[in-house]
Amino acid sequence: MRAIDVSIERGEAVALLGPNGAGKSTTIDMLLGLQPPDSGDVSLFGHTPREAVHRGLVGAMLQTGSLIQYLSVRELLKMMASVYPSPLGVEAVLSQTGLEAIAARRTQKLSGGETQRVRFALALLSDPDLLVLDEPTVAMDVEARHEFWNSMRAFAARGKTVVFATHYLEEADQNADRVVLMAHGRVVADGPPTEIKARVGSRTIRATLPDADPGELAALAGVARAERRGEAVVLSCADSDQAIRALLERYPAARDIEIAGAGLEDAFLALTADPDTDTDADAPPPALAP
Amino acid sequence: MNGLVYTRYELLRALRNRRFFFFSLGFPLLFYFVIAAPNRHVTDFDGSGISLPLYYMVGLTSFGTMVAMISTGTRIAAERQVGWTRQLRITPLSTRAYFRAKLLAAYMMAGLTIVLLYGAGASLGVGLPAGNWLAMTGLILIALLPFAALGITLGHLINVDSIGPATGGGASLLAFLGGTWFPLGSHGFLYQLGQLLPSYWLVQAAHTGITGHGWPARGWIVIAVWSALLSLAAVYAFRRDTKRV
Repeated sequence: MRAIDVSIERGEAVALLGPNGAGKSTTIDMLLGLQPPDSGDVSLFGHTPREAVHRGLVGAMLQTGSLIQYLSVRELLKMMASVYPSPLGVEAVLSQTGLEAIAARRTQKLSGGETQRVRFALALLSDPDLLVLDEPTVAMDVEARHEFWNSMRAFAARGKTVVFATHYLEEADQNADRVVLMAHGRVVADGPPTEIKARVGSRTIRATLPDADPGELAALAGVARAERRGEAVVLSCADSDQAIRALLERYPAARDIEIAGAGLEDAFLALTADPDTDTDADAPPPALAP
Repeated sequence: MNGLVYTRYELLRALRNRRFFFFSLGFPLLFYFVIAAPNRHVTDFDGSGISLPLYYMVGLTSFGTMVAMISTGTRIAAERQVGWTRQLRITPLSTRAYFRAKLLAAYMMAGLTIVLLYGAGASLGVGLPAGNWLAMTGLILIALLPFAALGITLGHLINVDSIGPATGGGASLLAFLGGTWFPLGSHGFLYQLGQLLPSYWLVQAAHTGITGHGWPARGWIVIAVWSALLSLAAVYAFRRDTKRV
């Protein structure tokens, strides 16, 4: 984890977007006080994370975890609501999260997606001002995902702050006002989803082309970088339409051509350039100010 | 009071665990009838001057309650495995309320064990003056404190894969060395060792009902020292466990 400096305003919906190992979960653990930062501090509504949790200001859904057994969904929610200073009504939370139909079911009999919804309900119980979700839709099917984000947006519409981690660009794009892009334990970009999409939405061309010189390939129109991998070359493109035309004109022998949208991982790697040579961890993270 | 609702559901959870019921309550009960029912007319067991049904009612009560207390560890290990302990850390639930609920659930199971085994004893003709029943029960409940702390310690130190053997083996060993299964006599190595163990005094607590005498000072000291040490261990194990990333 490198230096991270992010302030989030009340009422924002912020996505922490990044590949696995980018530091999203660590950031969230520090935000919740589960892990102290080595240096610096974390402040929530002017309190320490621990204090904010005690006041019921924060609700969270951690990345991993299941539910304790031998209680019904309703009983589990009642049990946990009892520890908060001013919880929402259990019936209200059940209806907000669409759990009424399975409220009487024992927690050990739920499907993965239902379990996630109950965990979401647990996060809402304290009527928190800040909701923190660490890859909340991992165990859900498409429909459950859709319903989940609807509930989340209904919550955010009440002026609440939401911070969620995800490695899906689409989820960040559709559900966040702001995207904080993370890689290698630091923030590589921070801005509205449209801006982030433009930055990570590039394409790559891969072709078998034994004799071409990477330097010449990189000079082709539309190509940002070229790399040789054995017999194949990989071109990272600013404009892949232009690049494929230029490539075929100059190298008609190119074969096994694939054009693909760059995975987030690739895009992040490109954005972070070579992180190992960057030893200046105390420098402010490059921010894309809106 | 908020802690009460939380504790109530914790107790409910313990009561609904059927497997736990079978092994924690059913096993000592079954054992009791297997040993004592055929020998119900033995009035002087092994020269102890005590009838066999009474001797084993007392022995299996101490064993069953000990298992009930240590089994808290099994429940805690299971909760840790599903990430529940971590989930609790992002709620205002205090460590004190957490421990209190665990302790009460353990005592509830021990209480059920006591009621069942007393009932089983009575059904085989065991009869004691009311004062002796009460004195015995009171001392058993006190002698269980170190085992409650032991259960919490094991639950936070050991993973769910190995918690079964750890608690089962631990309870069996302590019961054996404490004189649950046969009298330790009044001299020799086992007797000397037993006197330093909380399980010995648990068994002696149960014998109070027979002899009418409470613990000597040594008994109180051994129970107090083990309670203090194991409580510190429990707090240490809990802290270590919840600090881990």
